[in-house]
Amino acid sequence: MEALLREYLPILIFLGLAFGLVCAMLGGSYLIARQNPNSEKLSPFECGFAPFDDARGQFDVRFYLVAILFIIFDLEVAFLFPWAVALGDIGLFGFWSMMLFLGVLTVGFIYEWRKGALEWE
Amino acid sequence: MILQALAFYVFAAITVASAAMVVTSRNPVYSVLFLILAFFNAAALFLLIGAEFIAMILVIVYVGAVAVLFLFVVMMLDINLTELREGFLEYFPVGALIGAVLFAELLLGVGIIGSGSTTVAALNAHGPHVAAIDNTRAIGRVLYTQYFYLFQVAGLVLLVAMIGAIVLTLRSRPGVRRQRAGEQINRTKEQAISVVKVPTRGGV
Repeated sequence: MEALLREYLPILIFLGLAFGLVCAMLGGSYLIARQNPNSEKLSPFECGFAPFDDARGQFDVRFYLVAILFIIFDLEVAFLFPWAVALGDIGLFGFWSMMLFLGVLTVGFIYEWRKGALEWE
Repeated sequence: MILQALAFYVFAAITVASAAMVVTSRNPVYSVLFLILAFFNAAALFLLIGAEFIAMILVIVYVGAVAVLFLFVVMMLDINLTELREGFLEYFPVGALIGAVLFAELLLGVGIIGSGSTTVAALNAHGPHVAAIDNTRAIGRVLYTQYFYLFQVAGLVLLVAMIGAIVLTLRSRPGVRRQRAGEQINRTKEQAISVVKVPTRGGV
């Protein structure tokens, strides 16, 4: 437990350094640079004219479909990691347990392939 | 040890603060970004109690995928912020009720684990000892054999999610000419070319 956390100590130090560096840069520019704001300087710049509308345009729902299919296979891979590490201990039952799991998800994969959900047109 | 306690309080404080920002932030995109910060800090908290694998999965799955999905959803909705604020009082009782039920369940869970036979130590006694073997292996030893049914149900839940997403969002668009490589390559010369005899001054 202690040894495990000691291995992560460099990451903690790195996080502290990154945070300190960001604070130094933002705080330094805030303190040292001359602050003389006006509304034209602070407004978003869009080729010289006033912005037409919000930067947040609506997305097509197809992006959502791609994202959710990605999540599902991401989780499938996440389940594979402990299985691969412990495969020597869990024997044939553990092996076929995972094969059944992969089989169920392969059914879904064939379904989405046949439906054309992976095609962008 | 003091560093560990200090790290815990820093990460826990940032988690709670960013979780509060998720619900109070006016812009939903900022809410999602604060949610990502909360996920990262929760991963650090998992790491501090020694749950290395869970921490990494939290970063990969929640930060890498779920947060992106939330961003997509937020970007897809046509949220008018003033309209959103209007229904606040109307929805407040329902939201408060759900929040109260979830909070009561949380307290109940903490109470059950903290008292009597089902302490954390008793729960740990069933599984392999955490310090003896590494985290991923400890999960792998029990997940696929001892918790076989739960594991398969997880697979079925993923299948349902996949099919549900396809049924809800996939619609065929008529009038779109998509590329069909097989048909295009299989076209013969007779299908593609016709020789027309054009009379002089007649046109085609």
